[in-house]
Parts: sequence; structure tokens; C-alpha cells
Amino acid sequence: MSCVVNLEVKNLKKYYGDVHAVDGVSININKGETISIIGPSGAGKSAFLRSVIQLENPDSGYIYVDNEIIFGIDEKTKKQEHIEHTEFTRRKSKIGMIFQRFNLFPHKTALENVSEAPIVVNNINKKEAIEEAKHLLNRVGLSDKYNSYPNEISGGQQQRVAIARALAMKPEILLCDEPTSSLDPELVGEVLNVLKELSEENMTMIVVSHEMSFAREVSDRVAFMDMGKIIDIGKSDDFFTKTNNDRVREFLKKIL
Amino acid sequence: MQYIIDTGIYLIGGTTTTISLYIVTILFSVPLGITLAVFEANGPKSVKKLLHIYAWLFRGTPLMLQLIFFYYGISIVTNNIIVLSAFQAACLTFILNYSAYLMEIFRSGIESIEKGQYEASYALNLSRYQTMRRIILPQAIRRVLPPLSNEAINLIKDTALVIVIGMGDLMRAAKEILTRDFTIIPFVVAAIIYLFLTSLIVLGFRKLEKKYVMRS
Repeated sequence: MSCVVNLEVKNLKKYYGDVHAVDGVSININKGETISIIGPSGAGKSAFLRSVIQLENPDSGYIYVDNEIIFGIDEKTKKQEHIEHTEFTRRKSKIGMIFQRFNLFPHKTALENVSEAPIVVNNINKKEAIEEAKHLLNRVGLSDKYNSYPNEISGGQQQRVAIARALAMKPEILLCDEPTSSLDPELVGEVLNVLKELSEENMTMIVVSHEMSFAREVSDRVAFMDMGKIIDIGKSDDFFTKTNNDRVREFLKKIL
Repeated sequence: MQYIIDTGIYLIGGTTTTISLYIVTILFSVPLGITLAVFEANGPKSVKKLLHIYAWLFRGTPLMLQLIFFYYGISIVTNNIIVLSAFQAACLTFILNYSAYLMEIFRSGIESIEKGQYEASYALNLSRYQTMRRIILPQAIRRVLPPLSNEAINLIKDTALVIVIGMGDLMRAAKEILTRDFTIIPFVVAAIIYLFLTSLIVLGFRKLEKKYVMRS
């Protein structure tokens, strides 16, 4: 694996009133690396992911994608880095995201969900975009669901459409916010398998998940978040067995 | 029998006014209502306030009063600089009045769409305009089809109010025959024509709802 930094986050803070949801998170993620973020609910894992793609406006900190800044506010002076809008959009488009509740467009078919953004945002010729969308749906194992509407397919299939939809914009980094948490247990595997394949194809990924087996087997590193901070991070092979952090051990003992 | 047919033909002549007014109102107030709803749901506070006042005025006063105001009032207020024909005044009044109702209906539709739809659009780099136009509005409009069909029916019946500014429509044609022949047959025929028109609208909406009911 190359060691080019794909995503760099420096001292990121996001407060909701008095609640320090993200309280000074710094992390570098290399190209092709998969990181799992685990931790108790309310630890700020989702808030962190959402801050990275700017679904939340962080209070301070810096975020760089491929060494280009997409967010910056100095903690002390509150001075905000000015980033020109089209440039910001171009940089942000390197990040894709999938959501716990899928958030598919219910009035569009699987094919339309996947081809919508390439056609509308990237101005790709419709025929080409549809071909690419079919290719992506095949890749997530949904070659027979092109014309299905979201409410006609299972949760696992919906999440796979959502993954294809994110991939259609050719992101370098994929953020996965509890991708399997709202799925029936028997549907979790099919989604994790797709994510595993992506990881093996060297997509840079940050996965917030409660699936410890995924964290252990698929990700390169595991980060443990609590009270808005990353309190432990390590190679996934070692993380579950060798962590010295009491808080992490206590958490793992409860869920494993 | 011949009398009923003659009456019917005369009344259908009046129906053309009803239908033209209906079509002009729909053509303008639907896009206007949607546009205003978008501003009411997303605009800055000052714009929202202005739109609230607009809805308050037009939904809070009788349509008949508004008609009379725009027909007679405008020429009086402007010292006869602006004089609207009865049809122009009727169109203006109906468009403004119905846009106010439609704005509130579309706004409720827009506000019923889950936050996740905006978030997914944002993550896919759709602009705010694209998100509204391609993701939010199509869903919002589907959700408000039932109240929209109510308004569409009301509009057909409300057009009868133009009688107060001296316009000849279906209702007035019926009244003319009544005063001439002293019979209620024209009203029965008029009722049948109104029922026919509203049935067409109900049918149209039913088709639309059936087509979209699965996906919203």
C-alpha cells in the first residue's frame, strides 16, 4: 500500500451547544486505507463523518483532501479559510457517503438513483451514464433490479444501490455511516461483502460500524472514539487483542 | 327536449369563459405557487414574513371581495390610469388567490420530505437548485396530490363568482334564461355541466394518484 495521505483531519471540533460531539479529532488516512471507527453511541462517530463531508459545519479545525483544504477555521482566532465555491465543490466531490437509512430517492428507480448525479452534476451524456450505472449495479450484485423502485427491494438491496450511487460519482474516499445498522441481521452480510470488495480494490474508506468482525477482518486500522475523541487507534490485527486502554477493553468485553 | 338542448347550447357558450379562466388560473398559479413555496420553505426570514402576509391577506378575505377590489378598486385607486377588463381582473384575482392556497399546500409537501433526501443530494454534489428541482419537488408534489385535487375542484366552482363583476359565464347564462323563461331547467343543466367538469378533474387526479401512490 502506498503511503500517500488521502484525507487529513486536524484538531476538528464540532459542538452542539454544550455537547462536545467532536472534540479535537486529528487523523491521517492513507490512500487505499480502510479505517473502522467504533465506540459507544453518542461518542461522536457519526458527527465526525458528517463533519468531514461538511454535512455539519464544524466549529474549528482543518480538513484536507489530497492536500487541498476543504475546511479550515482557526480555533483561537475563528478565522475561516476562504475556499472558492466551485473549487470547494470539486474537492468535496472526492468524498462520497452512504447513510444508515440509505436515503435513496424513492421516486426514482435503482438505475435512475445511480445515474442521477452523473447526469445532472457531471453533465455526462445520459446513455453513457445509464451504461455506467448498470455496470455499477452489476458490481453490487443487482443486475436484476435496474428498474425497481426503492420500496420494492429489501434494505440490503437498497443499501447496495446507495453504494453504487455513491460510486457513480467516482469518489476517492467513501464514508460509511453505520451502513448496516438498520438492516435485518440476515441482510448485513451482503452489504458488508460489497464494502469488503471495495476495500480490497483500494478504495479509501472510513466505516463507522458496530460490526466488529468487519472492523477486525476488513479494515487496516481501527479507531475507538469516546466523548468526541479518538482515544485509541491501531492496526486492526492488534487492536482487539493488544489494546492497553482500559476504556476500550471494557467496551470490547461488553460487545464481543 | 328541444328546449333543454337549446338551453344546453346557450350555457355551453357561457362555459367557455369558465374554462378559459380556469386554464389561465391553473397555468399561472401552479408554477407561482410552487416557486413561492420554495421561497417560503427555504428563503430568508424577511421573504418568509412577506409571504405569510400575502397568504394571510388572500386566504383571509372572501374571493368575491377580492374580485370586486381588483375590478373596480384598481381603476379608482389609480385614477383610471390602470383599467382592467373584467376578464383581466378575474384572471389576476384568481391567480393571486389560488397561488396563496397552492403555496401553502406545496410548502407543507416540501416540509414533509425527510432531511436524509437533502443530505444524500448534498453528498452527491447536487446544487441546491438541482436538489429542489429534481429530488425534493417531485416527491413533495406527489404527496400533496389529494389537497391539490380539492383546490382544482374548488376552482371550477369559484369561477361562478365572476358574475359579480358582470362577466358572462356558465352561471350567468343560466340566470339569464331563468329571468327570461322563468324555469329552473337552466340551473339543472348548469349543475350537470359543472358536475361533468369536476368529474373530469377528479378522474384526472385519480389517475395521477394511482400512478404515483407506490413511490412516495
